[in-house]
Amino acid sequence: MNSMSEPLADRVAVEFKLDGRTVTGYADETLIETADRLGVEIPRLCHMPGLRPDGNCRACVVEIKGERVLAPSCCRNPQPGMEVQSASERARASQKMVLELLLSDMPETHYTRNSELDRWAAALEVGKPRFAATALRREQPAPDLSHHAIAVNLDACIQCTRCLRACREEQVNDVIGYAFRGEHSKIVFDFDDPMGQSTCVACGECVQACPTGALMPARDAALAVPDKTVDSVCPYCGVGCQLTYNIKDNEILYVQGRDGPSNHGRLCVKGRYGFDYVHHKHRLTKPLIRRAGIPKTAGFTIDPDHVHELFREATWEEALDLAAGGLRKIRDTAGPKALAGFGSAKGSNEEAYLFQKLVRTGFRSNNVDHCTRLCHASSVAALLEGIGSGAVSNQVNDVAHSEVIVVIGSNPVVNHPVAATWIKNAVKKGASLVLIDPRRSELARHATHYLQFKADTDVALLNAMMHTIVHEGLVNEDFIASRTIGYEELKKNVDGYSPEAMAPVCGIPAATIRTVARLYATSKASIILWGMGISQHVHGTDNARCLIALAMMTGQVGRPGTGLHPLRGQNNVQGASDSGLIPMMYPDYKRVDNAEAQARFEKLWGTKLDPQPGLTVVEVMNAAIAGKVRGMYVMGENPALSDPDLNHAREALASLDWLVVQDIFLTETAYLADVVLPASAFPEKTGSFTNTDRMVQLGRRALDMPGDARQDLWIIQEMARRLGLDWKYAGADSGVAEVFDEMRHAMASIGGHHLGAAGAGKFGDLSLRTRRRSRPAGRVHRSLPDADRAREVRPRRHHPRQRTAGRRLSDGADHRAATGTLAYRRDDAAVQRARRDRTRARGLAASARPGADGRRARRGDHGRVAPGPHHAVCPCRRRHAGRRGVHPVLLLRSGGEPADQSGARSLRQDSGVQVLRGAHHRRRRTGRGDEFRWGAVARGRLIPPAKTPGKT
Amino acid sequence: MSAATFTPMTPPFAPGAYGPDAQIMKDIDGLNWRLADYLKRGGYDGLKKILAENVPPEKIIAEMKTSALRGRGGAGFPAGLKWSFMPKGYTGQKYLVCNSDEGEPGTFKDRDILRYNPHSVIEGMAIAAYAMGITVGYNYIHGEIWDTYERFEEALDEARAAGYLGDRIQGSDFSFQLHAFHGYGAYICGEETALLESMEGKKGQPRFKPPFPASFGLYGKPTTINNTETFAAVPWIINHGGEAYLRLGKPNNGGTKIFSVSGDVERPGNYEVNMGTPFAKLLEMAGGMRGGRKLKGCIPGGSSMPVVPGDIMMECDMDYDSIAKAGSMLGSGAVIIMDDTRCMVKSLLRLAYFYYEESCGQCTPCREGTGWLYRVINRIEHGEGRNEDLDLLNSLADNIQGRTICALGDAAAMPVRAFIKHYRDEFQHHIDHKRCLVPVYV
Ligand SMILES: Cc1cc2nc3c(=O)[nH]c(=O)nc-3n(C[C@H](O)[C@H](O)[C@H](O)COP(=O)(O)O)c2cc1C
Ligand code: SF4
Ligand code: SF4
Ligand code: SF4
Ligand code: FES
Repeated sequence: MNSMSEPLADRVAVEFKLDGRTVTGYADETLIETADRLGVEIPRLCHMPGLRPDGNCRACVVEIKGERVLAPSCCRNPQPGMEVQSASERARASQKMVLELLLSDMPETHYTRNSELDRWAAALEVGKPRFAATALRREQPAPDLSHHAIAVNLDACIQCTRCLRACREEQVNDVIGYAFRGEHSKIVFDFDDPMGQSTCVACGECVQACPTGALMPARDAALAVPDKTVDSVCPYCGVGCQLTYNIKDNEILYVQGRDGPSNHGRLCVKGRYGFDYVHHKHRLTKPLIRRAGIPKTAGFTIDPDHVHELFREATWEEALDLAAGGLRKIRDTAGPKALAGFGSAKGSNEEAYLFQKLVRTGFRSNNVDHCTRLCHASSVAALLEGIGSGAVSNQVNDVAHSEVIVVIGSNPVVNHPVAATWIKNAVKKGASLVLIDPRRSELARHATHYLQFKADTDVALLNAMMHTIVHEGLVNEDFIASRTIGYEELKKNVDGYSPEAMAPVCGIPAATIRTVARLYATSKASIILWGMGISQHVHGTDNARCLIALAMMTGQVGRPGTGLHPLRGQNNVQGASDSGLIPMMYPDYKRVDNAEAQARFEKLWGTKLDPQPGLTVVEVMNAAIAGKVRGMYVMGENPALSDPDLNHAREALASLDWLVVQDIFLTETAYLADVVLPASAFPEKTGSFTNTDRMVQLGRRALDMPGDARQDLWIIQEMARRLGLDWKYAGADSGVAEVFDEMRHAMASIGGHHLGAAGAGKFGDLSLRTRRRSRPAGRVHRSLPDADRAREVRPRRHHPRQRTAGRRLSDGADHRAATGTLAYRRDDAAVQRARRDRTRARGLAASARPGADGRRARRGDHGRVAPGPHHAVCPCRRRHAGRRGVHPVLLLRSGGEPADQSGARSLRQDSGVQVLRGAHHRRRRTGRGDEFRWGAVARGRLIPPAKTPGKT
Repeated sequence: MSAATFTPMTPPFAPGAYGPDAQIMKDIDGLNWRLADYLKRGGYDGLKKILAENVPPEKIIAEMKTSALRGRGGAGFPAGLKWSFMPKGYTGQKYLVCNSDEGEPGTFKDRDILRYNPHSVIEGMAIAAYAMGITVGYNYIHGEIWDTYERFEEALDEARAAGYLGDRIQGSDFSFQLHAFHGYGAYICGEETALLESMEGKKGQPRFKPPFPASFGLYGKPTTINNTETFAAVPWIINHGGEAYLRLGKPNNGGTKIFSVSGDVERPGNYEVNMGTPFAKLLEMAGGMRGGRKLKGCIPGGSSMPVVPGDIMMECDMDYDSIAKAGSMLGSGAVIIMDDTRCMVKSLLRLAYFYYEESCGQCTPCREGTGWLYRVINRIEHGEGRNEDLDLLNSLADNIQGRTICALGDAAAMPVRAFIKHYRDEFQHHIDHKRCLVPVYV
């Protein structure tokens, strides 16, 4: 945390003496940090990297020449010429006394294998404590086993308050307190409630922080010695936290946060405790074939215990032959367009890539899509139109540099919990938080201004803010003149939207609207983050346009702590799109109807490709009902549960002649399948994933699959073989490294990555191993870029094609970014359809315009400049050798999203991210089953996890 | 104990009850605490003068420095120097806080000042606020002396009504809002940063320093904290000049000091004497040793200071430097007198229990250490001591002192070391013979 928010000034080196040798420390680090860097061991208990130093345990005291008292090395900075003794007799005596005092009250029972107290006591040879007279020991609290995931044994507590700081200052959940006085001092949850009945959200950060096992995973899960630990990423949301699995007997014992760029060791309840789905008894373990004569109907209830009445088990050989045979028959009789495939935003990049390749080369059409269509498509459309890239402008934890943070239509505390911690940290450090949401979420507690406006009046409210900014002269004239076009029209448009006029519409007092507008416009750095509350509307694109216009008119982009961040929902929303799971795009957003792109991929894949864009998720369903799509292959998606109109979706799926579903649970979609292929859960395979910050990270295989389940990548390849494709991807984990290698050739955006030596079965940490050539990472954020200005933007050296940076938008529609009109959502289907058509037409028109083709829409096309000052050193605050301080990961941002994903609609989304505003019932899918509903977590309660029998 | 024979002074007191040197408590008879009485004694003249003459703040601070007034709360830090630490030209809110959380065993001087001469504190604070450009102040009053708190509130009302507090004091440009605030009786809240936390509505737990209150104080704003007696001395200095104040005492030890004399003397009570007055004279003012017994030992500065054997004490003068030379500290000025009937083990046990009970529980050496100090002394007192216990106590005390977040750790450790140093044989006797060396007299 500290490391995140400090200014990036060059560090001042300080020469001083440590244990007699002259060493170099930094003025902004503590003595203990210097010692750690140099390998000098100083005992410590209350110190933990990432937490504010508290200096309470006093195990780390050192002797400083000329000072009367010993100094806690965790709280002192080196000064030039200082002479520090960390192991002098005096210092050691004190250090040992602290350890001895604490050991005196330790219980006989051990709650952890890694007590830091024991470790330091052994290192300093503190024998049996002299105070250990049992009769004189102080009273200790009774165990508290009320929490489902965490055991509290405060008799092992040493009052270091690491848990408190983790809970209050790192995660900002404000549950843990330090109550009472003196020797009665005690860690408490809320008002000394049992932990299980407190407002704890089970993020587990306190457990990770506890040095003595006083807080531990419940049921002694962490007492067992793991066979192995596997570094991986979290399979849940778009934040993409890095973590470590602790495995024993092919079971995940417990999970720890790892220092990744987006999480710096933090996790939330999902990443830390939401892994038992992997071991769930309803996992599919054998290929299933639908029994003859079992009808498919839209109305059904899933009964996992009677699966065998519908399906019979089969060998892989039989199931694959049948599955592929059914699809092949339809292709060969009804034509390629009678087939469609759905991939998944929860699968890896490699799976997404191979799946779309299978559809494009095996089915021979572009009918491939996935659930991202239903979430941020509207944001992407607006962003592409407004600034030329559909992706985020900077990573979430850049909020540490913001003065004002606007969160609108998003509930990150629940949906992106670790992202929310960065926001809360920033607010604690003094940033102002403006939360705009009709539904009050937990973040409101931290907000400087909370605007609980009337649902669906975003445009009114945002236009009123713009009105204020324009009429109070708060616009950034320079930025507008040099970086945007169309401002005059915007200005005219907002004329009619004074805060006073809009107040009754949106339900926010005019004065508040003005205050917030001023705050946003005049701060040194303002950032906007949004979620489904903005995008999942019939006019979601207009909502997003308003946000973009706000940022553009005030110039709140392109500097540290400024920008636009649509929070991505699932763990691989970004990567699945990058890899080409899109009907009108090849990987890296090359348009299928672009001859050059087509030729390139035809050459790469050695086959002819269909130049016609395929059908989208929603269109496929319509086409199935219309009898045009006859067969489908669904990998890891569950449209029968997550599509907008469930009856419609189920009818569509039931009407298919042939449905192959590849999943880890018997989902609603699988219920309607002819063949069900048991696949791999996240920890059972290796692959790369791209998070909301666009960092490509590696998920590593940690477990073997249950029963006869197989890795998805293997299944795709077997299906491909039976569709007549001659693929060869050798090597460990279904040839994932070779797939990735092929992707590198297909996609410039990841050209520099290496997924470890192909076939070696060992994979390096992708996000840290990139060999990408240094590429300017700063980006110009242009609203409606001016063609003249665009020429001034420096071309990218390695990509001469992109010399004409900057996208020109020439017709009236372009200014929509600025001219968001008031639109009210109607439920009237006809109106919706009309709107949809209009939006779609606009999207197509845009894509047909010169300069707005797929190539231009790609990332970076809007022009880049040399690294901005804020990227001169990595925002992750680490130094990266040999790279002028730029985090390799930042150079890895992958592609933007397609230009014509403009079918913005009010749709429920399949990601478990956030549902249509107003409906707001969350349905969290973990893995691919619907077994786990973490929704309850939002209310601060953890639903009892299904206990895995026999777990140690 | 013979305490039963002692009857506390009840107002009205005889003239000169606080001693002939008294300045703060001069002419105090216990009833004349109201504004009118204070004005009759020349009260608020100092404030009126600096406001009428527009005395530059720097000049007041310079005067304070000259006076060598040292903080009366315990640490003896020069007040003028402390005032000069307040950031100048700072445009945000600054605070002034008076520490009336008097909780140190043996100390009861601030209570007397507050109940018998509250306007001296109010005037002192107003002058301090003027000197440091502060507009808001609080007086944090110990949470067990409710009547005193209420009286101070009354005095505040009087001062406000008469224009000595509030907006545009005495028609000048200077405004100062002063409020009373009461704690709930925790000793640790007398520690200045714990006091600030407590005022902010948090658990009274000392803060890690630096940063010091002058840069990060109440609500994170620059804050100056002084003891009640420190503020009460300010009007005299303004009226008579720093030089005159200094001359009352000794160099580096200016002015008068109120000593709370308690224990085995004939007339326990508060006595205000010039700095440098011989201990013997102070003892005499307090009526001498009760029943003419022999002085065994004296804690000259409040329970947290080292004990000094009687013979050394009899030679000592009552000022910061002299007492330091005698191996102790003047501290808050609580003089605890112990005659030869006192068992030193039991006395130390009583002190150890206090610190063990009052530790905030934040840092290991203090939280755990005070407990073990108490428990080990307890076992010695109860005849279960072991031979190694004295060394154990010493090494424990050594490793508490100077290793904690606040000085409570020191306060707990220093008496232990001094008691064992000066009365080791008594402790050893307890261990060896499982009973007290001192015959029980009463
Ligand atoms: C444990 C502890 C208790 C204290 N209690 C008091 C107290 O009751 N009154 C007081 O004025 N100062 C007390 N102090 C000293 C204050 O921290 C602080 O030094 C003092 O208020 C400063 O005022 P002065 O400079 O006028 O003495 C205490 C210090 C410690 C460590
Ligand atoms: S698990 Fe609960 S108590 Fe622990 S840090 Fe998270 S919210 Fe706080
Ligand atoms: S529970 Fe653990 S982390 Fe919290 S104070 Fe106790 S020992 Fe420290
Ligand atoms: S020394 Fe004692 S009272 Fe002071 S902070 Fe530490 S534990 Fe609290
Ligand atoms: S590690 Fe420094 S005081 Fe605890």
